[in-house]
Amino acid sequence: MGRESALPPDDVLVGRLQAGDERAFRLLLDSWSGGMLRIARAYVSTAASAEEVVQETWLAVIRGVHGFEGRSTLKTWVHRILINTAKTRGRKESRTVPMEPAPEDTGPTVDRSRFRTADDPYPGHWRSDRAPQPWAQPEELLLAGETRRVLGAALDALPARHRVVITLRDIEGYGSDEVCSLLGISAGNQRVLLHRARAEVRRRLEESFTVREEGMRP
Amino acid sequence: MNCDEFVELVTAFLDGALDDDTEQRFVEHLALCEGCETYLDQFRSTIGSLGELPPDSLSADARDRLLSAFRDFRRS
Repeated sequence: MGRESALPPDDVLVGRLQAGDERAFRLLLDSWSGGMLRIARAYVSTAASAEEVVQETWLAVIRGVHGFEGRSTLKTWVHRILINTAKTRGRKESRTVPMEPAPEDTGPTVDRSRFRTADDPYPGHWRSDRAPQPWAQPEELLLAGETRRVLGAALDALPARHRVVITLRDIEGYGSDEVCSLLGISAGNQRVLLHRARAEVRRRLEESFTVREEGMRP
Repeated sequence: MNCDEFVELVTAFLDGALDDDTEQRFVEHLALCEGCETYLDQFRSTIGSLGELPPDSLSADARDRLLSAFRDFRRS
């Protein structure tokens, strides 16, 4: 769950934290803060705010770890504090993030004009001139930096409810059940938000590859 | 299954959340439709690229402050 190298099991970690072992705290700090920053950033308006949210979270962890009873994993416990802290901060910045699909989330995720219409012999199929083209990936096209920039822009432009879910699932690698538990939403709602977010990010990548390809043509 | 239905089911498919009947129709359509096969590939590439985004990190200041806070809390 989440991308990180193996940490000691929870009971060992918690024991060390409660005993004041600074190395244990540093290990968690360095393992989890990157992901926590990304998640916080999905809720608040600036990177500076996100860092404050993460700091507040760790302070709450330091104060609260003595009462940790192991009813959830340590990571889940920390991330629940994070999300509550981020939501509270987001509210203060007038960025409420209702975590259910909005009415506009229920429509098609692909531009209707890309499909054949009802009067066509193959209604609902891709129009040949608008079908997805395989993304050519010679070194010049898929410059890692440019792709990262496009992804960053795509994520920033998403509504927060989409950005939170895609960050947890696809950037941080949490599974569906874990995300439902962290956010308090149903699997169905999570899937609607995730699908919408992924479709939009895919569309932006497609757009950027098309532009770059055209830019490469003599 | 038509392409415009296929594209809406990709996330459910990747999550293994389609019922057997729908999954079968999805996979059958995939075998016959190059456009949709490409679309699914692009979804996978998108997800893969997101997973490869470099991690953020706390500023050195923030990190130091938190390590101090941990030390101080233990002493009190």
